[in-house]
Amino acid sequence: MARETPAGDLRLANLTKRFGVFTAVDDLSLTIGQGSFFALLGASGCGKTTTLRMIAGLEEPTSGQVLLGDRDITRLRPYKRPVNTVFQSYALFPHLSIFENVAFGLRRRGIRSVDDEVTRMLSLVQLDGYGNRRPAQLSGGQQQRVALARALINRPQVLLLDEPLGALDLKLRRQMQIELKRIQTEVGITFVHVTHDQEEAMTMADTVAVMNAGRIEQLGAPADIYEFPATAFVANFLGQSNLLAGEATGVGGGDVAVTAHGTRFSVPAGRSRAEHGPVHLGVRPEKLILVGSADQVPAGHQHVTGIVTDASYVGVSTQYLVRTGWGTELSVFAANSGTSARVAVGSEAVAYWDPRHAFLLPRDAADTDRTSPVLDEPVGASS
Amino acid sequence: MTLLAPTGSGQPPPAPPAARSGRRRLLPYLLLLPGAAWLLIFFGVPLVQLAAASLYDPSGSLSTGYAMTWAVSNYPDVLQAYWPQFLRSFGYAGLALVLALLLGYPLAYAIAQKAGRWNNLLLVCVVAPMFTSFLVRTLAWKTILSDNGALVGLLRDVHLLAPDGRLLATPFAVVLGLTYNFLPFLVLPLYASLERLDHRLLEAATDLYASPVQAFRRVTLPLSMPGLVAGTLLFFIPASGDYINAELLGTPNEYMIGNVIDSAFLVRLDYPQGAALSFLLMAAILAVVFGYLRRAGTEEVV
Repeated sequence: MARETPAGDLRLANLTKRFGVFTAVDDLSLTIGQGSFFALLGASGCGKTTTLRMIAGLEEPTSGQVLLGDRDITRLRPYKRPVNTVFQSYALFPHLSIFENVAFGLRRRGIRSVDDEVTRMLSLVQLDGYGNRRPAQLSGGQQQRVALARALINRPQVLLLDEPLGALDLKLRRQMQIELKRIQTEVGITFVHVTHDQEEAMTMADTVAVMNAGRIEQLGAPADIYEFPATAFVANFLGQSNLLAGEATGVGGGDVAVTAHGTRFSVPAGRSRAEHGPVHLGVRPEKLILVGSADQVPAGHQHVTGIVTDASYVGVSTQYLVRTGWGTELSVFAANSGTSARVAVGSEAVAYWDPRHAFLLPRDAADTDRTSPVLDEPVGASS
Repeated sequence: MTLLAPTGSGQPPPAPPAARSGRRRLLPYLLLLPGAAWLLIFFGVPLVQLAAASLYDPSGSLSTGYAMTWAVSNYPDVLQAYWPQFLRSFGYAGLALVLALLLGYPLAYAIAQKAGRWNNLLLVCVVAPMFTSFLVRTLAWKTILSDNGALVGLLRDVHLLAPDGRLLATPFAVVLGLTYNFLPFLVLPLYASLERLDHRLLEAATDLYASPVQAFRRVTLPLSMPGLVAGTLLFFIPASGDYINAELLGTPNEYMIGNVIDSAFLVRLDYPQGAALSFLLMAAILAVVFGYLRRAGTEEVV
């Protein structure tokens, strides 16, 4: 199914977009490999949709370039770009049948016999036999798939997806995530997916770029970003983190020594992004283990002591809040695997972790402890 | 008390179901009554009266009275005598419609899609001329187009008009008047449907290889069809029956069928002829409208 013509990588070079005094996208440079599934992840207003619209040609950059292979497409009109978009609102043509919606791009390029292609595309998105209906007669998930078929049929070099699953309910969204991934593998087209849903980005993409205020905070494979975030923003936007404010005092024996709230901790140098000065010591909630007393902490692990102030049972896990001696509440996820007893609210507990699971980030001197609130979705997720 | 509470509260007991549903069934007809009565008295009765008049003996007169002779020959007779005015009516109205579309579509589009916060003000500008009388406005055009007016002088100076050329009392003036006077009837329905046009659909079309021209033809135009159909009908029907523009801006050479009917009733007092012409005009307009709706699709008007 893949096109024979060489597509090449999609490259954004120093791309900037300003609306008046507001800088939506700020000197963005990145390369998206041909055939990869790339996710731009960020809260609403972080510039991810503007970036997408500049790739599509629907927005003109203030400065910088968009390159496809070695071709500069920055000033190319949208209808001349080998790029198609699945819009957030789907934007299906209400006056045309599903068949004609899907055939739209082919017809505009003067292709006469579209029947086979449209039928094939409709079956790829599992909508065989829906050709004669109008968009208004379809459910949200079906409309989403029509929008996908309508874009994919043109075999673009790059397919842009602008929060395409945002309007679907949770179950359908999960289903479509798997579906999209399957189709992407099948057609081998570069997918650039914009989303505010970190789980969606991690499930589908090979590479995730976390955007904040018009800039990319971190770019990499989902697991790499999750395991070793580059900034406090990433640590809390992609999943949750407990970030303790401390002072790094230099490397010794392969570890960086940190003092936080009067206690000494250490983090392997390989997991430290700073070796001196103010730092955040980070541990993911699921990497923390709760026990009753300090003598149950295994050797080589580090711990803090506190009081359990809240326990929420959420089925697969129990999420605890532990208030430390200096007042910060740490978030702890304990898998409900049946191997450990549940800890009662109000009781004293010790949270320990393996230093190899911790990470060290540079910190603004004024910044204090940061703990993500217990939420299913990151803050600012509603767009 | 507990059992009787609902009926004991001073309210009448609910009507039995049969009576209630009967009253419900009557309600729509009751609501229709005033409008239906109005139509019957002021449209139905005169229409029958006019139909009867069109079959009167053509040799009668107001002073001698008319005899009902079922003179069907009135119809071929008036058609024979006035077919040029008929053709002219539809020709002028059609020409004016084309001009109005060229002016009105971009205007409606600009107000609906591009005007932003100015859109209400611009709409008022479209409607504002209607605050003065139709007659006054047409008379104003008479002044503008007059032989010693500034416009004619300018056109003569730049040689767009021959030294003795004129605008007033030409077919051009009549078509111009029609275009001007009925333009808002075209623009308002068009505006209403263009205003609802989702801009994102145009982005999607552009994204799917449609050039601006193609996007207009395949998306904007079909989606504005309801407004276009309604607007063209609202424009064309009164324009083809109009007589004021031909009367004030033209000469008898530009007279339309409306002028003939006007003079049949008010000058020549030939009621059978006037009535027959009125019916022919109505039939012709109905034929044009039905032919048009057939092509454009009736679903677009509703």
